[in-house]
Amino acid sequence: MSEIELHSFDVVIIGAGGAGLRAAIEARMQGKRVAIVCKSLFGKAHTVMAEGGIAAAMGNVNSNDNWQVHFRDTMRGGKYLNSWRMAELHAKEAPTRVWELETYGALFDRTPDGKISQRNFGGHEYPRLAHVGDRSGLELIRTLQQKIVSLQQEDFRETGDYEAKIRIFAEVAITRLLTVDGRAAGAFGYFRETGDFVTFEAPAVILATGGIGKTFKVTSGSWEYTGDGHALAMRAGATTLNMEFIQFHPTGMVWPPSVKGILVTESVRGDGGVLTNSEGTRFMFNYIPDVFKDQYATTEEEADRWYADPDNNRRPPELLPRDEVARAINTEVKAGRGTPHGGVYLDVSSRLPADVIKKKLPSMWHQFKELADVDITKSAMEVGPTCHYVMGGVEVDPDSQETLLPGLFAAGEVSGGLHGSNRLGGNSLSDLLVFGRRAGLGAAEYVEALPARPVVTDAMLAEAEAEALAPFSNVGDENPYTIHADLQNTMNDLVGIIRTESEMVDALARLQEFKVRVKNSSVKGGRVFNPGWHLALDLKNMLLVAEAVARASLDRQESRGGHTRDDYPKMSAEWRKLNIVCRYDGEGAVIEHKPIQPMRPDLLELFDVEELKKYLTAEELPTHDAGSDH
Amino acid sequence: MGYTAKFKVWRGDSAGGEIEDFSVDVNEGEVVLDIIHRLQATQAPDLAVRWNCKAGKCGSCSAEVNGKPRLMCMTRMSTFTEEETITITPMRTFPVIRDLVTDVSYNYEKARMVPAFAPPADLAPGDYRMAQIDVERSQEFRKCIECFMCNNICHAVRDHEDNKTTFSGPRFLMRIAELDMHPLDTVDRREVAVEDHGVGYCNITKCCTEVCPEHIKITDNAIIPLKERVADKKYDPIFSISSLFKRNKEGRQPAPDTPRVTK
Repeated sequence: MSEIELHSFDVVIIGAGGAGLRAAIEARMQGKRVAIVCKSLFGKAHTVMAEGGIAAAMGNVNSNDNWQVHFRDTMRGGKYLNSWRMAELHAKEAPTRVWELETYGALFDRTPDGKISQRNFGGHEYPRLAHVGDRSGLELIRTLQQKIVSLQQEDFRETGDYEAKIRIFAEVAITRLLTVDGRAAGAFGYFRETGDFVTFEAPAVILATGGIGKTFKVTSGSWEYTGDGHALAMRAGATTLNMEFIQFHPTGMVWPPSVKGILVTESVRGDGGVLTNSEGTRFMFNYIPDVFKDQYATTEEEADRWYADPDNNRRPPELLPRDEVARAINTEVKAGRGTPHGGVYLDVSSRLPADVIKKKLPSMWHQFKELADVDITKSAMEVGPTCHYVMGGVEVDPDSQETLLPGLFAAGEVSGGLHGSNRLGGNSLSDLLVFGRRAGLGAAEYVEALPARPVVTDAMLAEAEAEALAPFSNVGDENPYTIHADLQNTMNDLVGIIRTESEMVDALARLQEFKVRVKNSSVKGGRVFNPGWHLALDLKNMLLVAEAVARASLDRQESRGGHTRDDYPKMSAEWRKLNIVCRYDGEGAVIEHKPIQPMRPDLLELFDVEELKKYLTAEELPTHDAGSDH
Repeated sequence: MGYTAKFKVWRGDSAGGEIEDFSVDVNEGEVVLDIIHRLQATQAPDLAVRWNCKAGKCGSCSAEVNGKPRLMCMTRMSTFTEEETITITPMRTFPVIRDLVTDVSYNYEKARMVPAFAPPADLAPGDYRMAQIDVERSQEFRKCIECFMCNNICHAVRDHEDNKTTFSGPRFLMRIAELDMHPLDTVDRREVAVEDHGVGYCNITKCCTEVCPEHIKITDNAIIPLKERVADKKYDPIFSISSLFKRNKEGRQPAPDTPRVTK
C-alpha cells in the first residue's frame, strides 16, 4: 500500500451544493471541525443550475399563504407518497431558512414594499418562490459559499488559520465509505488533480452528492450526477427508497443535439409562457387529470385572466405538476403533433413584451441566443422532457437525516422521502436548506453523544486503494466512454418516461452485461487528472443506481408521479402504502417493501375527505370532514 | 451537415508541454466543449478538462480559444469556418495542472481576503427591507459565475506575475464594489480595496468587461465607482471635516483586521 494522506475531522461532508454547504455551516456553528469534499471546484456544484427559486410560504405576495398550504401542495404534488413528517418540517422551516440567507448577504428580487418577491410555479397554490431573475440557484450557492468564507474569516481572526474549523477539499472524489462495527468511520477517495489517495477519518459523514441524471441520455444533470452518494450509501449498508420515481422535467431544450436536455425553466410558464403543438393548439387543456380538475382553468380565457386576477380564476394547465406536463408533451409528440426536432413549442414571445422577457428571464434569453441561435422574444422555443431529478434516494430519519447506518447522514437530492412520487418546482432549493441544516445539526449531535471515535485500519485502506486502482490493471479493451453511452441509451429507452415490464426486464439483463464490460474496461494514461479513470470509477456507481431504479420500477405495478407504467396505467391506493426499499447484497441491488406510516391526524385534517378518497384506501380515510375552508 | 475540423490542443503539465494536432468530427449545432469531449471519447481519453453545467452557468470550462478567453460550452462551432484550425490552450494567467486544467487557487485566496457582508446588528432576519432599484446595482455583479476569465485577461496580472500578491483582479474588486453597494451593508472597505486588493493597479482598459460571459460592465459599473469612492476618502479635503459631524460616510464601520496574503 502506498502512502495515503490522512485527515481527521468531526464531520465530513461529501458534496458542496446547497445541502452540503448548509450542512457545513450548521456543523461549524455547533462547534464541529468540518471537511467539505467536492468533485468540482468550490462554488460550481449543480445547484448553480437551479433557475426558478426557493419555495417558502412567507406570504409576501399573497398573505393567504402559510405552511399548511405549502404542506398540502407538496403532498398533492408527490401524490401522497411523501414522508409527511419531512413535508411538514420543510413547509414550516423554509421561510426561516430563506430569511437567514439575507443575513448572509443574498439579494433576492423585491416586492414594491421591499420584501422578498415570490413567483408562481407549478403546483404551488400561491406565489411562493423567492428568486433572483432566473438565476436563483447561483444566488443560493454563492451566498452559502460566501457565508462559509465569512466563517473562515472569523476562525482566522481567532486562531490565525482560515481552515481551523472548515476546510474545503475541491476536486476530490470519494470512492468508498469507511465503516467500523456497523458505524460510519470516514471516507476514502482521490484528488482528481494528482490521482493521489486521501483518507478522511470522521465519526460522522454527510452525503450531499445530488442526483443520478448521468445514467440517462437526455438529462439536465452535469457530469457530477453519477449517483455517487446513493451507491456509496448502499455499499456501506444503508438503503435507498423509491428509486423508481424520476422526474422528467417537461421542458428541456431539444435542439441543437449537443444541448439536448438542458433545462428551460418552469418560470417561462409561471410568467405567462404557453405550450402549443404543431397544429397551434394549446394542448394542456386536454390533459387536466380528474384529481386536479377543480384547480385548473378549462378555457384559454380563464387561464389568461389568472395572471392578473388569481383569486377569481383558476390556474392555466401549463402549471400542472411536472409529471403531468411531461407526459402530455410525450403524448403529443408520439401522436405526430410535435415540432421538427421532436418537441413542442413553448412560447413567451407572443405573451410578454421583449423588455419584460429579458428582465424576468435573462438567462433563458441568453441560453437560447447563444446555444440555439433563437431569440425567445421573437420566436417560440422547442422543448421536450429531460431527466431532471430523482425523488427517491437514501432512506433517512425525517428529523435528523440519519440513514440506517449510524453516523451516516444524507441531505438534498441524494436523500429520499420529502417529494414522494413527484417534486414540485422550487421545493428542491428549500429542501437543500431545511434538511442540509438538519443534517449538519444531526451529525453534530451524533458526534457529541458518541463515547469513542471509530478508528480506521490499514487493511481497510489497502482494500479501498486496490478497488480504486482496479481500472488500471483490467486487461480487456472496453472503452468506459462507450459503456457509459450504452448505459445511458438503455436507461433512456427502456426505463424512461413511459415504462413497461418487458422493456425493464430487458434493461436488467443489459445491466448485468454492463457489469461484466466494466470489469473488462481498461484505462489509458496515468493517475494525474485522468478523466478516463474517473469515468471508470463513476460507472460502478451509475450501474448500481441504474439497477436500483430498474428493479424498483419493475416492482411497482402502478403509475404515480415520476413512474408511469404502460401496463399499469392507474394509481393504486394499495401501492401508495408502500415504500420500495433497495439495499446492496454484495452483487447488486435487491428490493423489499416497507409500509409507510399513516399520516398524523392533525395533518390529515388539513385535507378534504373527498380529496383523500382519490389517494387513500377506505380504511385509511379519517372520519372527519375538514370542509373546504382550509 | 458534419465535417472534419482541425484542432490544436495544448497538452502537458507544470513541467511543460506542447500543442497536439487532431482531426475530429463536428456535427451541426455543436460547441467547442462537445469537440473536446469527442476527443476524450475517441482519441485522447486522458485529455484533462474542467466542465460542469455545459450551459454557461457554472464557469468551469474557461480556456483560450484561438488566444481569446472563452467558455468552451458557449463557443459555437458555427462561429468558425470549416477550413479554420481551432487552437485551444489553458488560461495563461494561472499555473497549468494538466492540459486545459489550471490552478485557480489564487482566486479563492483573494476571495477570502474580502471582508464579508455585515448587516446592522439589530436587524432581525425577516425584517430586511430593500427597494428593487437599490438591490439592482449589486445584483448585476452577483450574476458573476466565477469563470475567472476577467482575472485571466487582466494584464496587471497576466503579464506581471509579481502583482499577484498585491492585486486581486477585476473579479474581487467587483466583489468589493458589490458589498459596498449592498443597501444594508455596514462595513467600509475603501482602505482594504487599496491596501489589500490593489484597486490602483487597474488602469481601465476594460479587457475584463470585454471577456465577461455574463456581460457585466465590470469596469464602468464596479471598478470606476470603487475608484471614485476610494479617491473620495483619500483626497477629498471636505471628507475629513465632514467626518467630524457624522460617523464616516453612510455610518459604515472600518473593516475588521483583514488578513494579508500568505502566499
